[in-house]
Amino acid sequence: MMRLRALGRYIDRPSLIAVGVIVLLLLVGSFYSNNFISPTYLLQQLQIGAFLGIIAIGVLMVVLLGHVDLSIPWVVTMGGMMATAAGNLGPGGTALAIPFALLCGLIVGTVNGLGVAVLRIPSMIFTLGVNAVVQGLMVLYTGGYAPQDRATGLMQWLAGERILGVPNATLVWLLLALLAGFILRLTPLGRYIFAIGNRERAAYLSGVDTRLVLIFSFAAAGMCSALAGVMLAGYSRMAYQAMGDPYLLPAIAGVVIGGANVLGGRGTVLGTVIGSLLITILLSMLSVMQVPDSARQIAYGVIIIVMMLISGREMRTSA
Amino acid sequence: MSMTPIDTNARRIRELSQAPFLQLSGISKRYGGVTALNSVNFACRRGAVHAVLGENGAGKSTLIKIITGVVRPDDGHMLLDGQAVSFATPADAMRNGIVGIFQELSLIPDLSVEANICLTSPPGQLGFINFAAQRRFAKNLLDRVGCGDIHPGELVRNLSLSRKQMVEIAKALGRRARLIVLDEATSALTGEDVKKVYSLIERLRNEGVAILYISHRMHEIAHLADECSVFRNGQNVATFANGEHTDSEIVRMMIGRDFKHVFPEKPVRTKAPRPALEIEHLSWADRIKDVSLSVDAGEIVGLGGLDGQGQRELFLALFGVLRGVTGTVRVNGASVTVSSPRKAKSKAVGIALVPEDRKTEGLILPMTVRDNMSLASIGRYVQRLMIDRASENAEIGRQVERMSIKAANTDVVVGTLSGGNQQKVLIGKWLMTGARILLLNDPTRGIDVGTKQEIYALMRKLADEGTAILFYSTDYDELIGCCDRVAIFYDGAVRRELDGDNIVEHNIVAASLALDAAAHSDEGKAAK
Amino acid sequence: MTNVRIWLAQNYAPILAGLVFAAMFATYATKGSAGWQVAVLDTAANKAVALALISMAQTLVIITRGVDLSAGMIFIMTNCIASALVTGTPGDVALGICGVLLAGALAGLCNGLLVVFGRLPSIIVTLATGSIYSGIALAIRPTPGGSIDEDLADFLTSHLFGAIPTSLVLLLAVVLLVWVPFRMSVVGRHCYAAGSAESAAYMSGVSVSRAKLVAYTLSGLLSGIAGLFVTFVTYSGDAGATIGGAYTLNSIAAVVIGGTSLYGGAGGAIGSIFGAFTLRTIDDLLLAFGLPPLWQPLFQGIVLLGAVSLGAVRIFRLRNRMEVFQ
Repeated sequence: MMRLRALGRYIDRPSLIAVGVIVLLLLVGSFYSNNFISPTYLLQQLQIGAFLGIIAIGVLMVVLLGHVDLSIPWVVTMGGMMATAAGNLGPGGTALAIPFALLCGLIVGTVNGLGVAVLRIPSMIFTLGVNAVVQGLMVLYTGGYAPQDRATGLMQWLAGERILGVPNATLVWLLLALLAGFILRLTPLGRYIFAIGNRERAAYLSGVDTRLVLIFSFAAAGMCSALAGVMLAGYSRMAYQAMGDPYLLPAIAGVVIGGANVLGGRGTVLGTVIGSLLITILLSMLSVMQVPDSARQIAYGVIIIVMMLISGREMRTSA
Repeated sequence: MSMTPIDTNARRIRELSQAPFLQLSGISKRYGGVTALNSVNFACRRGAVHAVLGENGAGKSTLIKIITGVVRPDDGHMLLDGQAVSFATPADAMRNGIVGIFQELSLIPDLSVEANICLTSPPGQLGFINFAAQRRFAKNLLDRVGCGDIHPGELVRNLSLSRKQMVEIAKALGRRARLIVLDEATSALTGEDVKKVYSLIERLRNEGVAILYISHRMHEIAHLADECSVFRNGQNVATFANGEHTDSEIVRMMIGRDFKHVFPEKPVRTKAPRPALEIEHLSWADRIKDVSLSVDAGEIVGLGGLDGQGQRELFLALFGVLRGVTGTVRVNGASVTVSSPRKAKSKAVGIALVPEDRKTEGLILPMTVRDNMSLASIGRYVQRLMIDRASENAEIGRQVERMSIKAANTDVVVGTLSGGNQQKVLIGKWLMTGARILLLNDPTRGIDVGTKQEIYALMRKLADEGTAILFYSTDYDELIGCCDRVAIFYDGAVRRELDGDNIVEHNIVAASLALDAAAHSDEGKAAK
Repeated sequence: MTNVRIWLAQNYAPILAGLVFAAMFATYATKGSAGWQVAVLDTAANKAVALALISMAQTLVIITRGVDLSAGMIFIMTNCIASALVTGTPGDVALGICGVLLAGALAGLCNGLLVVFGRLPSIIVTLATGSIYSGIALAIRPTPGGSIDEDLADFLTSHLFGAIPTSLVLLLAVVLLVWVPFRMSVVGRHCYAAGSAESAAYMSGVSVSRAKLVAYTLSGLLSGIAGLFVTFVTYSGDAGATIGGAYTLNSIAAVVIGGTSLYGGAGGAIGSIFGAFTLRTIDDLLLAFGLPPLWQPLFQGIVLLGAVSLGAVRIFRLRNRMEVFQ
């Protein structure tokens, strides 16, 4: 009992429910095939889950403020394309491939932040416009074809190799989660983010520079998306058009299933990691079981709704 | 005082003899630990204007909220036309012919005037609106309130406050009310519209509508009312026919009280004053008008006056929230430009604001005591990028002890604390910034008596330590008990500054109602 | 005179959107090599009408201060249903059309029920239900295919009286049968009231829940009409989720360009229709000016960002900085 309560300090109810659902999924799956509880399978999930998980951490930073970032699809794609492009500009380019891609993500994220924080345009529409602009730039740059540039060795190593059996992608995910947890839990910035997400007026009247905090969060989200793009390109050895498209909605869903409030102010990195993992495993199991795509999508939607109706008491729009 | 003509007087006496239209008996209402209404008996009649008077917080607004179905009483009965009634929602009260006209407008800004007037049940059939009939209906009502110049198709958003209030009145008329409650209905009106409302009220009275009229303007009441009730501390202390008592007798009824607060003793000032905050010719929009005021270190200066006379705006201007403020602000003799709360709390300025609305502007209720208390000063506890939890907790601990905040620990969510403790957390938050100038906006509102005393003592202690305090309160007792000086605001300007023995209720009330120098000057002002 | 002034003041956004569209289209028509050829006009209209219908659906939800991320998915779901149901005897076809529209309305009602009674944010609800609707679409059409009554399809996608695209007539009919009655109804007014100031609406005795349910249901119906219509254009059903997603996002953009506020309570479907037309014309216009098609996405994005940024001017005029937080 005591231990349970101690656990409760680190993990909230929605995340616990999500963990329960993961365990349940794996158990039910084990009747179908023993593979589902094998370490190989689980490690593989941790590896593929990393791409979604990294994006979701960025989404969390924005959702905590009560905003959304719809520019994820093409910022992810941009990350992959810019990294592979830079990687093919000689040795200097190879070394700078990843930093360059992250810088691009940072710039786009900052633009998002400026639109939301300074111009006060609803994030939903502003990031949508930025997504279209980035898409436009990428289409112009690639001519609409899949770029022929190969991912650099480092990118492939990060996304595909393992250290002591642990996928490097998982380690990157873990490191990023620790960094995000550090910012949110231990720094003033983290306090400000939660304060703004709960009550922007009160944060402003406490002398918090709310605009800077908003810009930071969007910039961080942009970098996370670009990083995921770099890793994805490394995993498939090249970047391709619209490679980020399948990640937007699952990332938002993962954050929400992990207990974050889409209206802002509540959410944890741990919950987001668990939520992303839940979605990854769910989609993968449904696909391994050769469940038709249609049933997969339906199950996916139903699970999100049911989980929110159960665990989302505090998420309810009317307080 | 204007005399009522003899014939209406006769009619009034006839009406008064009728049975009451609305009768309240033993109505009580508590909010948490605060009793807003204490077993109130009250009645009003058809064809009569019944004025309700009282200080801020006397229970007037709770009374009308109960009558119009916005809140439900804890105790007591209500009879309407002899039938027992109880209203669950405003719509319930409306169905019974009771319509409230409130200061917080219930208009939809993005809809047209006519759509607002016919919001719930517009003319038409099968759920469709007959626009021609709606326009006629709205036009007719607007003419009745004397606002034929308002175009029924105009968006409410585009109207001035005064015109919005007139639309609100037209909307109420359209509901075929038998009892109309007007809560400070004229406070937002221009002089011309005020006259229209007067004649409208008289017409409605002649049509047999019962009218409850809440106002702070004494001459208005003298002019309009048939009967008056005075409220004090949640009780109806007197009901009498208009004209039975003089203005000053009524003021005395309003300020008489049952218990006395214990205030810390005011020090006798011996040292030469050292102004910590000097405000010169401050103006903003048309809400602050050429305000000059100075506060010495160690001094508590009160801001008095009715609600909404520019006190709140003055605080926001000093705290860097308002744009386009003109005038000079000096802190410890040095001129400062405060363009944001962040600048206000900086070392060079050191101003702190405890805002009016504790729950949405002061605190972040879902967060913990610790997170709230250190939110404004968290930068001081950072070492190597991280918050140094040990020194943060130590300082919070000191504040919690100093103000005896009652919370199990600092990880408790602030929203679960009592109002008084919440307020202490909020004050503690600003003390942690080391601010030397404290702006307190009605800090004791909704707080139990015991905690009030603690906050008075704390204020005096801070002053003795050299803090300059500007203290806005709607409670005259507090201004008298706590303040070394009091500036009374009226219509965005300082109407009168009181100090020493001049800080007495009568002076405050008179200046607040603008009765002190020229009894009817506010009407002239409003016409501007 | 005042009537005209007030009408202009309240409708300048859709008028502006209409003028922008007209100017773009006129430029296109004079500049483009195709000119006023009837076939070109038909194709252009068919492309635009589907998006216009979805934008109308999106408008209804946004008026109540929500957002419908499932609009595009209801669209592809009803497209797939139509490709299976709307064939056979005239009786079958008529019944099939009813079935398609009912499915759309039902999907919208589900969204509304979850938002009103589940008390969940619309953005999350429609995100999840969108996945369900696209799953149903896939179940019906795992691969693109199916068929639809070709005579009816040809009739609805060509032109009347020699030059007027039938699709535009259809759109006009939808406006007259759905939007105009909504605008004239009490419940329609209550939708605006709920979106503009929910608590003031409640204080005035408005049933906010009922208003929202109606808005979501009608929105589903309109997406259903769009799904039906696109089946007539393509003769088949396609459950591509990316198409649905693109339509959802474009519909939000069209709504904003058409002058409807994302904060609810103001705007209307007419503006959104012009917004949709404008978005669709940009591509053609760029082609007409000889800009390579590769520039299209960038140009679309810049137009969208520019349009929404215009509204930000207000922010720099506020005299009380607290007001930006409302």
